Amino acid sequence: MKVHRAARMERCIGCHACSLACARLVHKTISWNASGIRIKSSGGVTSGYQAVLCLACDPPPCAAACPTGAMTPRKSGGGVLHKRSVCIRCGKCAAACPVGAIALDDQQAPYVCIHCGRCIEFCPHGCLELFDAEEKRPLCQEACHVPPVAE
Amino acid sequence: MSPLSPNSFDRTACFRVLVVDLAARRGDVVILDGRDQVMGGSGLAALLYQKYGLPGEPAFHPGQPLIFAIGPLTGAFPLMSKTVCGFKSPYVENYAESHAGGRSALSLRFAGYDALVITGRAAAPAAVVLGSRTLQVVDVHYLWGADIFTAGKLLRKIVPGNSGHRSILRIGPAGENRQAYACINVDTYRHFGRLGAGAVMGAKNLKGVVIHGDADLPFPENKNYTKLFADIHSKATATDMMEKYHNLGTPVNVLPLNELKSLPWRNLQATADPDAGKISGEEFADKLLMSNAACSGCPVGCIHVGMLREMFSDKHRFYIRQVPYDHEPNFACGSMLGVTDPKEILALIDAADRQGLDAISAGVALAWATEAMQKGLVTPETALTTLAFGEPEGYKTALYHLGHMTNDFYAALGRGAGYAAAQYGGGDFACVLGQEMAGYATGETYFVSQTIGFRHSHLDTGAYSFDQKNKDQDIEATLKFLLDDERERVLLNNLVSCLFARGVYKPALIAEALDCLGFSTLAHTLDETSETVRNLRWKLKIQTGFDPATTRIPKRFSEIVTWKGAVDADYMERLRTAYAQKIIALAGENAPAAGT
Ligand code: SF4
Ligand code: SF4
Ligand code: SF4
Repeated sequence: MKVHRAARMERCIGCHACSLACARLVHKTISWNASGIRIKSSGGVTSGYQAVLCLACDPPPCAAACPTGAMTPRKSGGGVLHKRSVCIRCGKCAAACPVGAIALDDQQAPYVCIHCGRCIEFCPHGCLELFDAEEKRPLCQEACHVPPVAE
Repeated sequence: MSPLSPNSFDRTACFRVLVVDLAARRGDVVILDGRDQVMGGSGLAALLYQKYGLPGEPAFHPGQPLIFAIGPLTGAFPLMSKTVCGFKSPYVENYAESHAGGRSALSLRFAGYDALVITGRAAAPAAVVLGSRTLQVVDVHYLWGADIFTAGKLLRKIVPGNSGHRSILRIGPAGENRQAYACINVDTYRHFGRLGAGAVMGAKNLKGVVIHGDADLPFPENKNYTKLFADIHSKATATDMMEKYHNLGTPVNVLPLNELKSLPWRNLQATADPDAGKISGEEFADKLLMSNAACSGCPVGCIHVGMLREMFSDKHRFYIRQVPYDHEPNFACGSMLGVTDPKEILALIDAADRQGLDAISAGVALAWATEAMQKGLVTPETALTTLAFGEPEGYKTALYHLGHMTNDFYAALGRGAGYAAAQYGGGDFACVLGQEMAGYATGETYFVSQTIGFRHSHLDTGAYSFDQKNKDQDIEATLKFLLDDERERVLLNNLVSCLFARGVYKPALIAEALDCLGFSTLAHTLDETSETVRNLRWKLKIQTGFDPATTRIPKRFSEIVTWKGAVDADYMERLRTAYAQKIIALAGENAPAAGT
């Protein structure tokens, strides 16, 4: 299993290519919000950019909070899978996520990263990366020199 | 983030426009025909001015519309990242356009509109807040007087939510005081810079506009969409096509322009200087560049942000400012003022930005004022400071006074160097070509182009590069170039693509992208719509008072030497007259029927 990490956000230019890619390729929509990754700039653009993204908790509190089994833990490595067909849109998963990684649309339908990595190739600055879940990579960013994964 | 209902109207045939009346504090959502005639962006802004504008009334009439328009591909393809602002300019008192990026374009798209039109005048200073399910006119009287950065910070607090997915437009003191080249600041680093859109906001008592991009667009039915997107995205990032824009950025031009005797120095008293190396793109990048930023939806990221670190007390207390730079503001606050310390150039750009002044116009106007002071036409008492080439402190003081319109001198200078020269003398050396010149003294074609061109901008055509390649004086060939190039740029302005992407978005690719989104008629009529919009824009400009025939080029522009030798005033005048006639003919011909 792979885990998605926004490993080098110091490089981010705020282009939103990643979130638009996730919306387009994973969620079949054109959106800033209906996406597993969302780029924020709290404090304005001068304070830099932050990726709001699933941290792949293991075990995931969002899945524990889900009353119908729509949000279930992935097989290994943390993170969740969301089954739209059995989701009753109660919003409990989003409320349970400690880092606000689950976006709800106005029908309360959740959007969360599935750690597929399809956004990564659209990032022009190499900010994002998939790591092996077993590696237990910390959340640190480039500032603490997370080395790139060997090819 | 509700999906915008795809069935409520046909986006491929109509425009969805929000028209806000500040006096009434409410808005109307208008579904407007005309997509196949004017495409969007520049064409849509012109169409809306035709519908809502008051051609015979002054720019500050409360009923004049302030228009923001985006294009058919905005949000769905990369680099469709700009917004067109259409308005009657208080600087030239005719219809004008200014373009800016930031998050404005995608925010408007995801708010569900092709355009926003603001009319009327608020009873007290106000901000307009809109989104896909929001419209509010908020009282912000307490923000009046705030500089651009303070206004931005407070607006983020006053209108919370959607961080990263909203655009904040605002004006500073210069706009409030209706200085004719006050700009609208967009998301801190971008501007509707030229011709005074910020003053129009000021006249409307409108301090800010917050646009929440909070809805989704329907996914295109065409199966090729994701592949086409990926192809365009990789063209824009993987090839070297865009390299010059994200590496050194536009300041890469400084050394070549100086080499070609085409860089304006000290109010265009010279076109080259041995000090050019101190303010080169390389110097800025090596010493001051701290980060790059991008307009939303643009993976290129050409915005260069420099770091200004200044000690404000002798006990080693510093402040740090992050200042965006580009060739044009660098020239206006740098070589044109004889300032050759890149840190001081950033400080001057920051001072102009803070007041909400267009940094290009303000720098060039101060260059005129400096020469006027050298020649004794303006005194330090009048200017409340001493203006001298190469000395930044006086300019910082002057920028404050320009923003605050402190006295009659700054009221006159705030209307442009040409206007001030009419009061104080020195018209021969006011570097005004329709508006204060941009940073290319390349020769006759460029001077004529900026004088007569639609936006009085170096971006109306590629005249500056034509000058650099053509030495011969061939009026017919030059006119053909100017007219063809303008039409190609109108197409990109209708989309509203970043003009840096013109190497990527060739007509065949534009047609493919339009077709992919269901704009099938537009895909086959690129030339016709561009021609219609070009004519419509000229018709409006002339109807609102512009007369290409009576434009003039101040004497300073024929006193200089470029790589081609001395500027030929006689040839320049013949070219100007011939170009003016072509423009008048365009406006008369083919009078557009779009949407009417
Ligand atoms: S969505 Fe939130 S709670 Fe759920 S696994 Fe991801 S970070 Fe953890
Ligand atoms: S890894 Fe996949 S699901 Fe997660 S943000 Fe990227 S594209 Fe979306
Ligand atoms: S694609 Fe990369 S640079 Fe662009 S917003 Fe996402 S993380 Fe930042």
